Amino acid sequence: MSDETTPGTVLPDKPDAVDFAAGLPGVGGDVADLDDEVGDELFEDFEELYEAETSEGDQELAPFEATTPMELLIEQGAVLRVSEDTAVDPTVDPDLDNASFGEGETMIINLGPQHPSTHGVLRVMLELEGETVLRSKPVVGYLHTGMEKTAEELTYVQGATNVTRMDYLSPLNNELAWSLAVEKLLDIEMPPRATWIRMLMSELNRISSHVMWAATNGMDLASTTMMIFGFREREMVLSFFEKTTGLRMNHNYIRPGGVAADLPDGWEDDVSAIVDTISARLDEYDQLLTGQPIFRERTEGVGVIGPELALAMSATGPILRAAGVAWDLRKSIPYLAYDEVDFDVIVGTVGDTFDRYAVRLNEVRESIRIVRQVLEKMPAGDYRAQDKKVTPPPRARIDESMEALIHHFKLYTRGFEPPEGEVYAAIESPRGELGCYIVSNGSNKPYRMHWRGPSFVNLQIVPAMLRGSLIADTIAILSSVDPVLGEVDR
Amino acid sequence: MVQGDVEDGPVATDGGARPQSVAATLPGLAGVPVSFFRGDEIIFPDRERYVEVATTLKRAGFITCSDLCAADYLTYMGRALPEGVVGERFELVVNLLSHEHRRYIRLRVQIPAEDAVAPTLFYVYPGTENMEREVYDLFGITFTGHPDMTRILMPQDWEGHPLRKDYGVGRVPVQFKDAPGPR
Repeated sequence: MSDETTPGTVLPDKPDAVDFAAGLPGVGGDVADLDDEVGDELFEDFEELYEAETSEGDQELAPFEATTPMELLIEQGAVLRVSEDTAVDPTVDPDLDNASFGEGETMIINLGPQHPSTHGVLRVMLELEGETVLRSKPVVGYLHTGMEKTAEELTYVQGATNVTRMDYLSPLNNELAWSLAVEKLLDIEMPPRATWIRMLMSELNRISSHVMWAATNGMDLASTTMMIFGFREREMVLSFFEKTTGLRMNHNYIRPGGVAADLPDGWEDDVSAIVDTISARLDEYDQLLTGQPIFRERTEGVGVIGPELALAMSATGPILRAAGVAWDLRKSIPYLAYDEVDFDVIVGTVGDTFDRYAVRLNEVRESIRIVRQVLEKMPAGDYRAQDKKVTPPPRARIDESMEALIHHFKLYTRGFEPPEGEVYAAIESPRGELGCYIVSNGSNKPYRMHWRGPSFVNLQIVPAMLRGSLIADTIAILSSVDPVLGEVDR
Repeated sequence: MVQGDVEDGPVATDGGARPQSVAATLPGLAGVPVSFFRGDEIIFPDRERYVEVATTLKRAGFITCSDLCAADYLTYMGRALPEGVVGERFELVVNLLSHEHRRYIRLRVQIPAEDAVAPTLFYVYPGTENMEREVYDLFGITFTGHPDMTRILMPQDWEGHPLRKDYGVGRVPVQFKDAPGPR
């Protein structure tokens, strides 16, 4: 076969495919010594650690097998790139029905980059034996626009406009991570109302993103009704966003220093109507898909990922939680005011495509729970920090005060200058851990901006999910990963 | 570690608050410079000890590598670094996450410009595969031992590494066949 190796690229010495210990730089002969301690030290309180905080009682993760984590992880990483010989070797994976493969040649086909089920310009190279996927490799980069480079030429004020275009299904979460990172750098505190408005918008965005996912997932599994349902619900949320921010997407609403505008009059009624309607319509989703035999046949036991593999591959978000790991940054390392609201972290048990569906659907319910609490507890006060360096003066002040005019002008032409330093701020976006790393050299533009895109990282686990599956399942699995290619390529 | 750590999330804005240092409690990390910024713990292992340090941290509970990226300090060589760390042009930045302690720890590894090579973290954290490819693609830092050291975001035949500071913005002709450049 002729795949990965591309001319014109630097290929370093690959370690021997079998002897991974030798290829472990910096560790050398130390590997053998690790064996005894690793298991005990690392996973002493493993069960305690992953006790799921759900209303359905404890759902614990099984402990690691006798294999030491070190060995396990190396093996898991290697599974994704088994050689051509071992891929068709019946002795390698007993779970895979290799006996039926026969002597035939494998075939490489490209799924995408224009295929409708790839949710954007994602190309997946599939090595097929008959209809079974042996190895696969996601190929990304078609949407790369150099946002990280662009950001170095934009001020911190302009930055939010740039980053909001990244993950176009949850723009407010991008802005939120950006704002939190910049504010961490500036070391300023938000007034409570700004925090709660952010939380409200972030959760509504999660709802719209997840129902949008449900729509496209339905489409991939040939349920056009689900697609219409999903878009219908998303439309309600987007209308509210338009009313509040002026835009349906790419809002530039959450900015360093607060939010752009206060919530519109009567927002409580709008939001109540949205959550009440969606809450009722989630039951329609259940009727349409959750209990439906065809849907369950297509999703159950497909693309199973265990907790160890998910953790090792840095997977986050619904993929990690569907694998049974109760890890949600909103709960585990609370930001905004998530420690003041009551919600559950939804976890799966099997880690298959159906679990990922169920986790997302129930996360919408949890988001609705949070939104209802925000409705009750929304504090009064400022919607942005009263820090004259960061926030523009009120519009009315500009007409009567020369200083206000100067402040306004300086802020939008030159911006503010955070102190030197570097920060990493992470939030739980609908797709997982969305992290923003900023290096400041004391000027008005970030010296370096880096994004840890959850879709980008989550795509790594796709080859492990696809191995041994059928082409038809490939569509269901890819859909369940929920990649947003704008964020993958940035 | 101590339970108080739980309060200090990565977005804690209290610049003065210092969670207890993880590095100080691990004998394997003796001699590695440590600094704090905005409540985040940052350690500066040198390139030779980098994988060993990551392995030690992994054993101490930092079982997930959240993020791996690089920065090019070509025009900002005078950045503040703790004592004992000599600033080089490139810096590899790794954010490790501990579910157990509910906190991050950041590794900053100095990579000299004339020898832009780093050992791969793939065999400790397989999840760094895409991230290291991204760093290679955009900064030209090669990872020895990485199973698939190819470009990931830019086209395979692209010349140069765009996120380097000496790679201009908008001054490169569009590299499409038969298309005239901007100048």
